[in-house]
Amino acid sequence: MSLIHKTAAELGRLVASQEASAVEVTQAHLDRIAEVDSKVSAFLHVDAQRALEQARTVDERIAKGDKLGPLAGVPIAHKDIFATDDMPTTAGSKILEGWRPPYDATVTRRLREAGLIILGKTNLDEFAMGSSTENSAYGPSHNPWDLSRIPGGSSGGSSAAVASFQAPLSTGTDTGGSIRQPAAVTGIVGMKPTYGGSSRYGLIAFASSLDTPGPFARNVLDAALLQEAFSGHDEFDSTSIDAPVPPVVEAARQGDVAGLRIGVVKELGGEGFQPGVLARFHETVDLLESLGAKVVEVSCPTFGYALPAYYLIAPSECSSNLARFDAMRYGLRVGDDGTRSAEEVMALTRAAGFGPEVKRRIMLGTYALSSGYYDAYYGQAQKVRTLISRDFEAAFHQVDVLISPTTPTTAFPIGERADDPMAMYLADLCTIPSNLSGNAAISVPCGLADEDGLPVGLQIMAPVLGDDRCYRVGAAVEKAFTDRWGGPLLSKAPTL
Amino acid sequence: MAETVTLMPYDEALERFEPVLGLETHVELGTASKMFCGCPTTFGAPPNTHVCPICLALPGSLPVANVKAIESTIRIGLALNCSIAEWCRFARKNYFYPDMPKNYQISQYDEPLCTDGYLDVQVEGKTVRVEIERVHLEEDTGKSTHVGGATGRIQGADYSIVDYNRAGIPLVEIVTKPVEGTDRLAPEVAKAYVTELRELLRSLGVSDVRMEEGSLRCDVNVSLMPRGSSTWGTRTETKNVNSLRSVERSVRGEIERQAAILADGGRIIQETRHFHEDTGATTSGRSKEEAQDYRYFPEPDLVPIAPDPAWVATLKAELPELPSVRRARIQAEWGVSDLDMAAMHNADAIELVEATVAAGAPAADARKWWMGELARRANEAGTALADLPITPGDVAKVTELVASGALNDKLARQVLEGVLAGEGAPEAVVEKRGLRIVNDEGELSAIIDQVLAGNADAADKVRSGKIAAVGALVGGVMKASRGKADAGRARELILEKLGVEG
Repeated sequence: MSLIHKTAAELGRLVASQEASAVEVTQAHLDRIAEVDSKVSAFLHVDAQRALEQARTVDERIAKGDKLGPLAGVPIAHKDIFATDDMPTTAGSKILEGWRPPYDATVTRRLREAGLIILGKTNLDEFAMGSSTENSAYGPSHNPWDLSRIPGGSSGGSSAAVASFQAPLSTGTDTGGSIRQPAAVTGIVGMKPTYGGSSRYGLIAFASSLDTPGPFARNVLDAALLQEAFSGHDEFDSTSIDAPVPPVVEAARQGDVAGLRIGVVKELGGEGFQPGVLARFHETVDLLESLGAKVVEVSCPTFGYALPAYYLIAPSECSSNLARFDAMRYGLRVGDDGTRSAEEVMALTRAAGFGPEVKRRIMLGTYALSSGYYDAYYGQAQKVRTLISRDFEAAFHQVDVLISPTTPTTAFPIGERADDPMAMYLADLCTIPSNLSGNAAISVPCGLADEDGLPVGLQIMAPVLGDDRCYRVGAAVEKAFTDRWGGPLLSKAPTL
Repeated sequence: MAETVTLMPYDEALERFEPVLGLETHVELGTASKMFCGCPTTFGAPPNTHVCPICLALPGSLPVANVKAIESTIRIGLALNCSIAEWCRFARKNYFYPDMPKNYQISQYDEPLCTDGYLDVQVEGKTVRVEIERVHLEEDTGKSTHVGGATGRIQGADYSIVDYNRAGIPLVEIVTKPVEGTDRLAPEVAKAYVTELRELLRSLGVSDVRMEEGSLRCDVNVSLMPRGSSTWGTRTETKNVNSLRSVERSVRGEIERQAAILADGGRIIQETRHFHEDTGATTSGRSKEEAQDYRYFPEPDLVPIAPDPAWVATLKAELPELPSVRRARIQAEWGVSDLDMAAMHNADAIELVEATVAAGAPAADARKWWMGELARRANEAGTALADLPITPGDVAKVTELVASGALNDKLARQVLEGVLAGEGAPEAVVEKRGLRIVNDEGELSAIIDQVLAGNADAADKVRSGKIAAVGALVGGVMKASRGKADAGRARELILEKLGVEG
């Protein structure tokens, strides 16, 4: 098996034991990028030289006998919303084109400290607003299963890179489903950790109370190893939780569900869901029962209000978070010809620098926060948010984890929903409740839909700081399906 | 641009209208680091050198609240007799302005840290209680300088430059409730409030409270209502009030301006006005008629503040003696009249006198020098008493030299002059200028002999019993000794030499 098809855990082991060098592993992935990324468009920026330099450093340290982490020398694709002091950071927006931060995000710094080799920065919907990467100012990424379809979003470059073997691992951020949905539609594993479990410092903010960095990988254990590498308390993010990282790696290795109580969320499935998605989901429920889990139906009646509440809270926060892009200190500046006032230059820059979806959300949020409307919109949405958290709490009294399909449909064709924001927003129907309540949730592959042969994801939701439960159940499902399918789901993907 | 302002004489304005005051004071805290990042807060550094990704609002950066600033705010609240919130949040105040890097200010909105307190101030022997609405914590903005144009304001400027050193310095806002019933003393009450507040903040050690450097800034709200009415008028908010004297002048000026408008049947525009130090007048700034919508919402990047009640109790127990309490104690200790105490307070002399007493001087002497000679010198130099280049230790030394008889008051004044002129400590000045009283009998005797020889007429008069003529001879001795002789002893010796009984 070639290096690019190996798991991250295996690559880490090969590098540590000097059976393969980090340089060789990195070069193999750089070659793969050169070979396929013109079709996939996963990356906005690749820095081969810098990646090989980092790989050489890892090899030297290992040769000297330094004890490095389990992922040292393993390449990773990094979502272009994390600040990197050696590469441009654009958030997929024209307004930050060419901007090079003078600092590293905490996640970036921890990747480097763990010896991971950052290959480059991946594409995303502008400022992480979208479910398809079609809102990227630099063009969409493509789904490796079918290049005419979306790879999910907003972290679509990251999912496409991993699903097309350009990297064994990638980072993402999940604000309303931006890791889980792309993972589901590309047939890989994507985890949204507990809010506050991974640092937001240096992550360009979309919605502060929802944004959560998390891992992508082709298997559950690799995802757990990556989450462990960059998680934990950060004094630079006051919303980061000062508690030990849940034992995610141990849980991913354990992978059993015997005696576990699993709740199927009644409200997340049924009308509006693609039949092939529901079929795979029900098959997974049967599988879990056959593995010894006690599966019951659980009702979370307020989940139906999650989408509207989210589309008030997230835009409200983004309208304020994105105010700093004003042409004064960094980024794009338009119209500064010496005759215009600062205010005019700000307005012209923002008009030229932001795409339509970002503008839509800034306007929505500005309206929702404005005097006289605050209580009816933002205030009311916060109340709904509390109710959703209560539904989760009540459910987790009855069961250990909740499950649902990750997305109502498989990957849709590029362009299909581009002019229909409501249809686009529905892609996050099942993922948004966990963002609003801040609990952990993962998506793992559970097969291909009969009607289109495209991947379907299973979402496993666990309580706040119960991240290990997601990995435990995810690993059990992965193991059973791999046995049943005679290999990982991605082995069924077409060759690029 | 120019606006014609008609004023109504103050007395007439007060006959017809009653003023209602409100004061908003911003205090830059003297914490070592900024409110939400680790940058230093020291004043006067080269522009844009005390900055980092956080206070420049680079994409992805996040704030972390400065615990010391929260502590200082709670201590201010406690000293102002406020209730301290058990749980409260920061809020974002959204508006676009180039000196505000995030284009929102992290502030507090409907959940301030401290509420409902008061501060008692003394005006003309009367205690006025100024009620405090709230004390909250926020961050300062950067500082814009508008270059070109006539006004130094953004309108009409050729270009503007921004220094972000100040951006993110912790700022405490102290807001009074409307102050009614001050009547004609409104300007004095406003000044007394800011003076008292400044002293209180200084005693807490939370800020250097320098109005001229902007670490204490005051916005003065004034409205008028016709006598007999109980409905408040429209208020204006005067900014750029940068000294205690300006607080008083701005209130007076605004009363005179508003009264003229109202008496003429006009209406007051709710607006921000800018105070001009040179003329004492205010000019119109931004109109607040179409209230700006700040779209406040709870700051999602920060966790709520939930001060432990036990901690708050400890902070309260550890508050220093507050200025008003201290003044009452000192007044009793020194045995000073209300009037003298008030005079010392107004001259900002209490601490100096106290330090001089601590350095060994009797209270009465310390007060005499600071409130007399030194106050006069400070006044001449147009400087604050505390800024004179002389220490309480120096003053104590001078009182000691006078008490020991080494100096008389006239020489002591010359010593003070020398110290102020940078000639060194009091002993050094005495030495260099040769100011010690001549009490060497031999030297004095020689001078007297010389004077008697040169004034034979006067000497004869004294010998013949016209004792009064001795004054001229003593004067001659003092002149010849350049003031250093002990006049009493000289008189005794002259009479002795002339064989006359004194």
